[in-house]
Amino acid sequence: MLKQVLAAGLMSALVAATAQAQTPPILKMTVIATLSGPQASLGEQVRDGFALAVEQRGGKLGGLPVEVTVMDDELKPDVAVTKIRGLLESSHQDFVVGPVFSVVMAAIFKPVTSAGVFLISPNAGLSTFAGKACSKDLFVTSYQNDQPHSVSGEFATTQGYKRAFIIAPNYQAGRDALTGFKSRYKGEVVSEDYVPLNQMDMQSEIAKIAAAKPDVVFVFLPGGLGINFVKQYRQAGLTNIPVLSTFTVDESTLPAEGDAAIGFYSGTNWAPNMDTPANKAFVAAFEKKFNYVPATYAAQSFDTAMLIDSAVKAAGLDHDRLRTALEKADFASVRGSFKFGVNHYPIQDFYLAQVAKRPDGKLQTEIRSKVLTADVDPYAAECKMQ
Amino acid sequence: MTLLVVQALNGFQLGMLLFLIAAGLTLVFGVMNFVNLAHGVQYMLGAYLGVMFARIAGGFWSGLILASLAAGAFGLVLERLIFRHLYARSELDQVLATFGVIITLNEGVRLVWGSAPLELPMPDALSHSFQLMDGLRYPVYRVALAVTGLVVAGLLALVVNGTRAGMLIRAGASNQEMVSALGVDIGRLFRMVFGVGAMLAGFAGVLAAPLVSVEPNMGDNLLILAFVVIVIGGTGSIRGAFLAALIVGLVDTLGRSMITDFAHAVLSGPASSRVGPALASMLIYLVMAAVLAVRPAGLFPLRS
Repeated sequence: MLKQVLAAGLMSALVAATAQAQTPPILKMTVIATLSGPQASLGEQVRDGFALAVEQRGGKLGGLPVEVTVMDDELKPDVAVTKIRGLLESSHQDFVVGPVFSVVMAAIFKPVTSAGVFLISPNAGLSTFAGKACSKDLFVTSYQNDQPHSVSGEFATTQGYKRAFIIAPNYQAGRDALTGFKSRYKGEVVSEDYVPLNQMDMQSEIAKIAAAKPDVVFVFLPGGLGINFVKQYRQAGLTNIPVLSTFTVDESTLPAEGDAAIGFYSGTNWAPNMDTPANKAFVAAFEKKFNYVPATYAAQSFDTAMLIDSAVKAAGLDHDRLRTALEKADFASVRGSFKFGVNHYPIQDFYLAQVAKRPDGKLQTEIRSKVLTADVDPYAAECKMQ
Repeated sequence: MTLLVVQALNGFQLGMLLFLIAAGLTLVFGVMNFVNLAHGVQYMLGAYLGVMFARIAGGFWSGLILASLAAGAFGLVLERLIFRHLYARSELDQVLATFGVIITLNEGVRLVWGSAPLELPMPDALSHSFQLMDGLRYPVYRVALAVTGLVVAGLLALVVNGTRAGMLIRAGASNQEMVSALGVDIGRLFRMVFGVGAMLAGFAGVLAAPLVSVEPNMGDNLLILAFVVIVIGGTGSIRGAFLAALIVGLVDTLGRSMITDFAHAVLSGPASSRVGPALASMLIYLVMAAVLAVRPAGLFPLRS
């Protein structure tokens, strides 16, 4: 009798064990980023940074095997929404990680969060979801969009620059950038120029800068615009006027800008030379695997994977417990200090970085000084998290 | 005043670059009656090939020569494989097919060279600069680029107006059937025009590479400008393309640098910073509309 009970008990334990072995929980997530078109290199950084973290953990995050779907949003909001909707209808996802650009974020926010899936943005940090419309299922691991621009404004003020010449592309993000700069700049803005997004020759703006003779120049010129500006600025010999910038000189554009970019400043939350143990290991492993210097996009994406890793380890796959674990941000960020504010946007330090040449001849941005400490974005106070 | 001179020089130099691209486009459009949207990707391809050959052959000049020849050859391959089958078809088919070529080549370039932008350093001989106004040095390279555009324009004018091949091109543009009825191999003439056009676009791509970033899709914006140029100039006309390229280059550059100040003077507050840039980007299209209103076939139409 006792034997039979024992045998039955053993049997059922065995059956349970094998059943569990057959269906271990799998962590399912999607990385959506811009992987085609002129801005594809930014999306590739996001994809590679995330992939590195997963690979380093043997294809697992938080101890669970991960199934990652990589999607190209083509920088088209409608395409992104169609793809995300199709994915969420056909399969269960635990996380959607992305996108690079704010226009795509605005489009996919609703489809993802209303499906009860976490949206974690490794780059785009729209103000819309940082204030009144903040969401319990949205986390942003980068910054709120205004912050990097305000770093340059703050720096220009503390340096006592009296006259600033500021330039951005003529679209909403460009206007936001200059507004962000002006929010912390106390001097006079001698000229506020908006250039078409597709302008290839910056020579006419450069001539205007030379004529205006400002103390400092601030530019937000992403992608090709910035590359053209940096090269042509140096060719025009305007070395005596310092240039502060955002997303103009970073590791995604430096290979094309070459030595012309040396000395340009950038407001940022991270740089490859940041002196934290986690960051040194990350940069070394990243360059070894992908053979290029990572930019903030890759670093923030790596942090995103580490955040998910820490949360799943602590809470498993239960949605509400996961959220609590995510809010704790209990992971070693490559940026050192990192925590979430009430609106699920980061509270972190911001720095002024400068382009320099490494001993191996490659260019990178290097931290020069800390400008803002534990900075909270200006919208966080309006957020009443439900 | 000096600023005005500098901006005029910038405009002139943009105009010359536009001319190099538009010259091939207008000949192909005018002579073959073929709408080739893929002309802009030839410019991009030229820039990429220039970077590649300059690295392999070790220098800007060898890069320039090899890349121009390679771009011309590639144009001929495209003509043979794809465009040839489109000449007899409707313009809509031509637009669709050549648009497909744009997408394919943009992504193809990304596959071969990656999506990160590339750099082509200026040749050492032209890399110095001179003082043009207080605080601003002007690169010699830009002046050389403008002069190159002038020289090419002169050569093209000589060929088109003074040689037998040029005569056939002009004849082919005004009456294709008649020329081929007279025993001229019109197919060969087309191929020649096409190859030269593709080569010129590639040549312009290499020349522009030290000034701008070499990246996929870099030809797309220029293509639109080049079409504005040939519409203003009249399709098929080298003279028209030259003049129109100058007009577009000058209006665009001077407009952008001055219209914002003008808007600030007339309007006030945030409106002026919105109206100025918007108006500046519309300016060349307004000029195009004005030209078309007065001369519907452009400034120097081949067929009236």
